[in-house]
Amino acid sequence: MNGVHDMGGMDGFGKVEVELNEPPFHHPWEGRVMAMSRAVGANGGVNIDMQRFSRESLPPAVYLASSYYRKWFLALRQLLLDRKMIGIDEVAAGHSLRPSPPLPRGTFSLQDVGRVTARGSFQREVSASPIFKPGDVVRAKNINPVTHTRLPRYVRGHIGTIERINGSHVFPDSSAQGKGDDPQWLYTVVFSGRELWGAEADPTLNVSVEAFEPYLDPARRQHDDR
Amino acid sequence: MAGDDHDHDHGSELSEMQLRVRALETILTEKGYVDPAALDAIVETYETRIGPRNGARVVAKAWTDPAFKATLLADASQAVRALGHVSRVGDHLIAVENTPKRHNMVVCTLCSCYPWEMLGLPPVWYKSAPYRSRTVKDPRGVLAEFGVTLPKETEIRVWDSTAETRFLVLPMRPPGTEGWSEERLAEIVTRDSMIGTGLPKAEP
Repeated sequence: MNGVHDMGGMDGFGKVEVELNEPPFHHPWEGRVMAMSRAVGANGGVNIDMQRFSRESLPPAVYLASSYYRKWFLALRQLLLDRKMIGIDEVAAGHSLRPSPPLPRGTFSLQDVGRVTARGSFQREVSASPIFKPGDVVRAKNINPVTHTRLPRYVRGHIGTIERINGSHVFPDSSAQGKGDDPQWLYTVVFSGRELWGAEADPTLNVSVEAFEPYLDPARRQHDDR
Repeated sequence: MAGDDHDHDHGSELSEMQLRVRALETILTEKGYVDPAALDAIVETYETRIGPRNGARVVAKAWTDPAFKATLLADASQAVRALGHVSRVGDHLIAVENTPKRHNMVVCTLCSCYPWEMLGLPPVWYKSAPYRSRTVKDPRGVLAEFGVTLPKETEIRVWDSTAETRFLVLPMRPPGTEGWSEERLAEIVTRDSMIGTGLPKAEP
């Protein structure tokens, strides 16, 4: 979706503010939110793409005005409501008022902790071969889905070069909608700064994104057309 | 960063966010979705055990062991697994090497994707709108705010983490560290140098 979360290239947000000796969490509740988000994901209640989409779907003013873990909390609670894992009456009561469907992998308990403190695998096998190979020139599609996508706006319509193939992975656009893994080939695609930002851009700049195959069309550079 | 949740934590009164988060945890616990002890363990792990020391050890080894460096650049997931100090880093950790000709920087313009296992939880600035918006367009301006100035002919390569691929910058070993042990070298490898917003220095 073309949400406020898709920030690459936007102006006006000011300087990067660095906090010296920043703690992992500024308040104890932040750690609880992080842990709850990881736990319900690890035991199959909601996946990472659904959680990202829920954060992106917060009203823009809320998104911009909320601290990082406050966004996580608001998005997690909304996602659990949307998926009917909890009820709005239960949120108001601060207690469970009825049984809910169990998580596919049961209660998230101590023996599961290792699974969330180590990175999971998103690689999935596909039968098709990759369409592109390193060196191929591609154009990022001009897509503007209202659902979750991981193709940032600033590369859409622009021409880049395939640098490497990173295997086939869960496709977030499908996974966020509960449509399954729908695995797709993933590529590192490099764009020049001038292609993205125009003639005034830093001539030494190159930017890459990790782009899934459905985001890309074959292309040629303009000078190839002569 | 503005948050009404920053104003209520003094004294004994529980903040609005503490109350709301506690309520959600109670509901999830009563439903059998989570065990609070497991949540404690997750928090404790990220507060005390998983941090940039993991990545620093990898960088220091790459600086001192050419064979390891070659493996790291070819397949970082496999190289880090072989070191044995991180149980799992996923299938697609990619190490990118800084050279006199090219400086690498990592950003996630869409959210906050970051190699937690190598660097710990990302700092607030990495997740902030200024860093996410500007790094892909004005990386030198961002670097200047970190006190980093590079020769103007150095290529800047920005890696936007838009999938589950994770990136670790292998910074250049600073001069004046000849003969240092791996352990001593690891001490000067900062988190920022492994994101690309800092440079290691012989004086930590």
